[in-house]
Amino acid sequence: MEQQTAQPEMTVIGGVDEIVEEFQPKIEAMICTYCTYAAADLAGSQRLQYPPTVKIVKYPCTGRISVAHILKAFELGADAVLVGGCEVGTCHFIEGNLRATERVAYAKKLLEETGLGGDRLEMFYISASDSHGFVNAVNEMTDRAKKMGPNFLGQARG
Amino acid sequence: MIVLEQKKFQEIEKMTTGYNRLLVLGCETCAAMSFAGGQRQVAELASAIRVARKTTGEQGEVLEEAIARQCEPEFVDLIKDEVSGCDAVLSLACGAGVQMLAERFQDKVVLPGCNTTFLGVTEELGVWSERCAGCGNCILDKTAGLCPIARCSKQLLNGPCGGSMNGKCEISKDVDCVWQLIIDRLTRLNRLEMLEEIFPVKDWSPAGHGGPRKMVREDLKS
Ligand code: SF4
Ligand code: SF4
Repeated sequence: MEQQTAQPEMTVIGGVDEIVEEFQPKIEAMICTYCTYAAADLAGSQRLQYPPTVKIVKYPCTGRISVAHILKAFELGADAVLVGGCEVGTCHFIEGNLRATERVAYAKKLLEETGLGGDRLEMFYISASDSHGFVNAVNEMTDRAKKMGPNFLGQARG
Repeated sequence: MIVLEQKKFQEIEKMTTGYNRLLVLGCETCAAMSFAGGQRQVAELASAIRVARKTTGEQGEVLEEAIARQCEPEFVDLIKDEVSGCDAVLSLACGAGVQMLAERFQDKVVLPGCNTTFLGVTEELGVWSERCAGCGNCILDKTAGLCPIARCSKQLLNGPCGGSMNGKCEISKDVDCVWQLIIDRLTRLNRLEMLEEIFPVKDWSPAGHGGPRKMVREDLKS
């Protein structure tokens, strides 16, 4: 009898717990003020829905992002990092996004070698008007992080 | 400059395993210009080691530091305290820097994080190439400022050899024949007749073939 009454309660609590405890990855978006930041802003104005997983760090240009910045984000517990720069050929500083592309490639390799996984990092080219592009990028990285599981460095820090 | 290349991460990881407190030490001169061991590369590598250590469950702290030059005792001595507090130093300097550390810190494990490759130039950002072999007796005055010892695959002093083809060395079509370059440059300088002088057999003793080299300047010594 006790069990019977407890059972539905358990299910409810279990259900709530599941929702609460479902892994919500932490995505850090390192994005350029001229393009992806504007796209993120527009996504908000358009009330586009995307998971609340993303924290934005605004850069003057993705060319300013160093490999060390990216690694630091992971060290501090980010489950995935997305770098969002202007479309190729439209960088305000001519080739900042191309530099970022190369650095992301280098960092991906390093992440793979460290065992954390290179897929936790990706470069996206998102123009200022491409709010959907931003949403897709966040969704993509959220899915990847969910698939790959939490960054164990984040766990270690509680 | 001395051109360096950072070792593969896996090699670094393996060699640093077991050293709990590890100091990653950069060198802000040639190593920084090679983008292999400056402050930035120290931050990157230390971060990567920390991440990798978390994967393997290895404990310990990875510290970061960079000094102006690891080949000068004055600079090396500045980090005495930091070094004494760690179990090993991973040096991102050239082989000379690594050895200077080993000399100054007799009881400390010192590990090389870079491969020292050659004396060369930065052709453009990200591209370096060899220019000098440190032969100890420079002959650039006779070769239009282009070194056949460092840049001719056979170190010919009276080149080119018969393998020079369309300006390229016979070992690879990606390698310029330096003797072709010498002739081109002497032609431009209107000094082609210089090639008529035959180089005698070179004395290789100043090049290190006479044992490890050392230089003493009494006027500078204290
Ligand atoms: S001749 Fe000797 S010292 Fe001069 S550049 Fe060539 S290797 Fe260096
Ligand atoms: S082709 Fe030119 S660079 Fe190559 S070995 Fe002959 S002389 Fe030297």
